[in-house]
Amino acid sequence: MDRATFETRLFGVLRWVVIAILIVVTLFPFYYMVLLSIRPIEAVLGNPGDLWAGPAEWTVSTYREVLSPVSDGGQGFVGLIGNTLLVAVSATLLTLLVSLPGSYAVSRLQFVGRRQVHFLFLAIYLFPAILLAIPLFTVFTRLGLRGSLFGLIIVYIAQTIPVSIYMLRNYLTTIPVSLEEAAAVDGYSRLQTLRKVILPLAAPAVMANALYVFMIAWNEYLFALLFLVENRGNWTVSLGLAQLSGGIEVSKTVLMAGSVVLTLPIVIIFFATERLLTEGLTAGADKG
Amino acid sequence: MVATEQRPAAPERRRRPARQLTRKQRENRAGLAYLSPTFLVVLVVVVVPILWTILLAFQRLRLINIRRSGLFGDFTLRNFEYVFTSPGFWSSLWTTLVYTIGGTAFSIVFGLIAALALRRRFPGRTLVRASVLLPYVAPVVAVTFVWEIMLSPQFGVTNDWGQRFLGWDRPIAFLSQREYNLWGVDIPLALITVIVFEAWRYFPFAFLFILARLQAVPRDLEEAAVVDGAAPTQLFRHILLPQLGAVIALLSVLRFIMTFNKFDDVWLLTGGGAGTQVASVRVYEFLTSRLDIGAAAAQGLVLAAALVVLLVIYLRFFAPREES
Repeated sequence: MDRATFETRLFGVLRWVVIAILIVVTLFPFYYMVLLSIRPIEAVLGNPGDLWAGPAEWTVSTYREVLSPVSDGGQGFVGLIGNTLLVAVSATLLTLLVSLPGSYAVSRLQFVGRRQVHFLFLAIYLFPAILLAIPLFTVFTRLGLRGSLFGLIIVYIAQTIPVSIYMLRNYLTTIPVSLEEAAAVDGYSRLQTLRKVILPLAAPAVMANALYVFMIAWNEYLFALLFLVENRGNWTVSLGLAQLSGGIEVSKTVLMAGSVVLTLPIVIIFFATERLLTEGLTAGADKG
Repeated sequence: MVATEQRPAAPERRRRPARQLTRKQRENRAGLAYLSPTFLVVLVVVVVPILWTILLAFQRLRLINIRRSGLFGDFTLRNFEYVFTSPGFWSSLWTTLVYTIGGTAFSIVFGLIAALALRRRFPGRTLVRASVLLPYVAPVVAVTFVWEIMLSPQFGVTNDWGQRFLGWDRPIAFLSQREYNLWGVDIPLALITVIVFEAWRYFPFAFLFILARLQAVPRDLEEAAVVDGAAPTQLFRHILLPQLGAVIALLSVLRFIMTFNKFDDVWLLTGGGAGTQVASVRVYEFLTSRLDIGAAAAQGLVLAAALVVLLVIYLRFFAPREES
């Protein structure tokens, strides 16, 4: 057997081994999360190695504890979900409102400093988020914005704008300029063209972008911790869950139920829109 | 006849450059106007805070008196002196470097392997591809908690199985043990665990970009090589790898920057203990437990400066040159 045949067979088998390992390695933690969240804590402590639990053993008491309001002795995660949704949806809409004209300008218009814009964006990622947090913490304290969701939303916009503009710009460059010229001939102003011609055409990219920003905002932890920790009423789910782990009387199974509550919306959104999202993110990456 | 033909042409010629200029100006103005909301947000939330941090790093300030103090105070280098001489500074920088290089390298290597394995179509590929991306899109708080519980010495599945099937004589505290003696060699256990977590969480990111690039490699290039009798390893070495060079280089830089500044993952997994105190966790501790804003800012700036130096070295000496 020559080298080529041998290797082709070897990698033909190895490929399936790798795929199997990949599936186990990526999915197992999530399976384990769900499994622990529906097992009673006594069962987990007794047999920590069990990877299966029959329906007879299942319990929803962990979810009841996580979701029921604080006044009923629960952890009040329903309220936290509301806060997180408010933050994530507002951050998404505002980021789009800001980055859509921005990306249009970067992809279509010649203006002074166009080539320097990406240096500005690089700066956002070059400095650790914790470094920005120091002065923002101070300013928000002075303005009374610390502890409010509004301050958090502004930070999320700034954190997601570079990727957002990059994604949209890549898509906008694929839209033929002639369409805009036709719109101009029809007497559309630039803003009207953007709204009535470009926006509908870029809908897939805008949607992918919205999902990206939503996910980042939903998952974020550091700034939520720094700004909101003293104001329990405004906690996001991530922060609430992290604070929960510090509590002594909270069992690990309840913690896992909280993790499922935090993760599930993201997983649903992601599986429903995976293609849209990955294509939006990697558009342009295949050009080298 | 000749004169009348020339006369209207002259003002036309004069007017044209003027009109072009105004169109250019209009476009310039529109461009700046459309980008101004972006500028404003970035200015307020990023640029001004960075400049302010630089000022703060040169002042002795604590959280208690910052509300009263103005922008400018007594400038001093004492914060930097304090940061450089305080115990654990160099070891923390070293930890950050090991963590960053380890996390970057492993995530890219695993991403590459995953991309090669999932490259060709097979039934269920879309679903597998989506599940491979899960570690990256899932909330950091949730996944760190699952890892913590999986690795827990008391009720984690890893230690239970290790003791039952692998013959471990006692549970291993993956996240809280600084050093572990493996076959006579001390290995930094907690740091390695954190790096493995980093590789697990971010290999999908590398996977995504490498896969996108792989799918753009022209088919006939590979087919020709196969006809010539090239083995898969040769195919990879001589056909695919050259095509992937640019995207891997870009990923290395991106992942290096992101991992170098990473805070949440390490903080949530170990709290910075057991030899995993990376520099950004140190900044956070200066800020919240010692309430020392000046030192936190100075430490953060040192971190950013170190990153810039490393990037310049990379771009100067190691970055692949654009093929002309």
